[in-house]
Amino acid sequence: MPITNALTTTIERVSILDEHGNFDEKLGKGLIPDADLLKLYETMVTCRMMDEVAFKLQRSGRMGTYPQNMGQEANSLGAAYALNNDDWLVTCYRENCGLMWRGVPIDSILLHWMGDERGNAMPRPHHATPIAVPIGTQMLHATGLAWAAKYRGEKRISCTFFGDGATSEGDFHEACNFAANLDIPVIFFCQNNFWAISVPGRIQCSAPTVAQRGIAYGMPCLQVDGNDLFAVVYGMRKAIEHARTTGKPYFIEGVTYRLGDHTTADDARRYRDQAEVDAWKARDPITRLRTYMTKKGIWSDAKDAALREAAEASCMATIERCEQVEPPVRGDVFNYTFADLPADLVTQRETGHTHSLGQDPSQLPSASNAR
Amino acid sequence: MSTVTLIDPTMTATREIEFRDALREAMSQEMRRDPRVFLLGEEVAQYNGAYKVSKGMLDEFGPRRIIDTPISESGFAGMAIGAAMMGLRPIVEFMSWSFSLVAADPILNNAPKMLYMSGGQFGCPIVFRGNDGAGGQLGSTHSWCVEGLYSNVPGLKMAIPSCPEDAKGLMTTAIRDDDPVFFLESERMLGMKGHVPEGDYLIPFGQAKVRREGTDCTLVSFGRPVNFCLDAAAELAKEGISCEVLDMRTIRPLDIDSIVRSVRKTNYCVVVDQSWSFGSPGSEVASQVHQHCFDDLDNFVHRVHSADVPTPYAFNLEQEYLPNARRICEAVRSCLYRA
Ligand SMILES: Cc1ncc(C[n+]2csc(CCOP(=O)(O)OP(=O)(O)O)c2C)c(N)n1
Ligand SMILES: [Mg+2]
Repeated sequence: MPITNALTTTIERVSILDEHGNFDEKLGKGLIPDADLLKLYETMVTCRMMDEVAFKLQRSGRMGTYPQNMGQEANSLGAAYALNNDDWLVTCYRENCGLMWRGVPIDSILLHWMGDERGNAMPRPHHATPIAVPIGTQMLHATGLAWAAKYRGEKRISCTFFGDGATSEGDFHEACNFAANLDIPVIFFCQNNFWAISVPGRIQCSAPTVAQRGIAYGMPCLQVDGNDLFAVVYGMRKAIEHARTTGKPYFIEGVTYRLGDHTTADDARRYRDQAEVDAWKARDPITRLRTYMTKKGIWSDAKDAALREAAEASCMATIERCEQVEPPVRGDVFNYTFADLPADLVTQRETGHTHSLGQDPSQLPSASNAR
Repeated sequence: MSTVTLIDPTMTATREIEFRDALREAMSQEMRRDPRVFLLGEEVAQYNGAYKVSKGMLDEFGPRRIIDTPISESGFAGMAIGAAMMGLRPIVEFMSWSFSLVAADPILNNAPKMLYMSGGQFGCPIVFRGNDGAGGQLGSTHSWCVEGLYSNVPGLKMAIPSCPEDAKGLMTTAIRDDDPVFFLESERMLGMKGHVPEGDYLIPFGQAKVRREGTDCTLVSFGRPVNFCLDAAAELAKEGISCEVLDMRTIRPLDIDSIVRSVRKTNYCVVVDQSWSFGSPGSEVASQVHQHCFDDLDNFVHRVHSADVPTPYAFNLEQEYLPNARRICEAVRSCLYRA
């Protein structure tokens, strides 16, 4: 038999609460207690509200370029819910909902997008890293964080988020290879929303699933319905169990869709069919959960209206608080750039003059805005 | 977006187009002329370019020559180098030069050395282009001025236009050049309008242009800050200070002769360069001016750079961080002992 089968494999896909309201009791029963479900739902609605408020603010010039999370909330939320609070959550820019579950204040998130680095100063106990703009870089950091935990003998794992487009970057492949071959407990969570700005998924990955990319590196992988909070939590629990017991990585593909534009600088109508968007609107993770909870008798239209009202009020109050924050001062950029500011930058910090290079600082106008 | 409109008295062109149109016109004219030229990058085809520079080019040239790539800067830069070694003439668009950093090895370690390391066998006629510099509150990882880093590397040429007319002429030269050319545009200038001739024309590399004549101080700059220098010169003229504004247009090669000629006349020199000061084009110009004009200078060369920190995200700090007309005026006054 000169030709034998070297590998046969399958990719499992998990769906528990589907868009028609069908709930798989076998997989879903007891997965999320009702009390938690209510809190999770509340977080999702608040996150959605934050998107809407941020969008309006950007349009009126009160906020910088902002990437909405709309439609993808269940992915990062389910992950943050399933992880321990001291596991690392290493995100790119579409994971506000998970960060909020971790307790990162909305003030931080919005302050950042309003153009203030101090918003990125996630309070340490949240074990979350700042927004990663250069696509792909954070996956290596996640691998390094988990590697360091292993080095220090800690049980923590890390979970990193990235888009389908990011799987085209070399960093993605290097992170997977490293984690798999050096036994590093990282969960690679790809939010496959089928688009990288205007570029459709098939230009980034021509395999039928993104999940199977994990196979090439020898990682177990799973596809979940990323608009189904239950499926995400189920998949994450499996991944966490694997990472904690074997110390090795795991790959999850959350199949989802961004209902909004790539960022406020984009207009997705130029490249996406309305019919496609409408089809995904019908699979909205929030609507699905709401219907489920209502059917179950733990939610009502009145409660929903009250929640939305409260969420909007809290987002507006946050915006007002953020707008009251004094702008950062020149000294901050210098002080935060180095742990120990070299002496030759002190003059620049005090005067703001780069043309003082080589000039006697005592002859320069005195500092006005330095701290 | 700059509101400066440059009118060059030597140009007969009356047609005004945007900077982005000028770039596109050069690329399209060259693609019509030479079947070896093609354009690739993220979002360049279907989306017409993230900044609409390649608008309509997919319609005209088709997907064989206008190519949407995966988000793999290292991948497409490296493959384009392979294509250039085969005699094709790729134009590689980086959505932002900031993202070229993940392609550092191909663009710095391969392209500029290919001819040399292959004993003259494989040339690398390639253009890398994209937005450089702070686009306006994009945060520090997305606001790179790469000229400071990259101009240090031998084997490459670097063009940085300051107006639409130059954008077209320099781009045409870049595409026809047999060596790797790093072409730095600015998101903040893409909408700037100016007079641009319709036909194809070449602006030779290594030839600075006097944008404004003056007698008291030479302002040396390139790219977007040239426009701030012109604003500053207008302001200083009111105080009786007459500035000569030199636009380098390329910094590799650097037209030091034009700078020397001007400094011998004015005896003062201020360099305006939006990259960081340490080991920058600005420090190179200062060093060469000190060497060639040692006896002509009445003060040391003053330099205006971005502050020596990552680009701030906050609006107020970003404004203060970048060179601007106010800071240029201060530097000139200080250089001329009028502070
Ligand atoms: C290295 C790098 N290249 C290009 C970009 C520009 N860019 C920002 S987001 C994006 C698309 C990312 O798509 P995907 O990974 O699918 O994430 P999504 O936005 O869909 O969530 C691109 C190309 C960047 N930020 N960094
Ligand atoms: Mg995507």
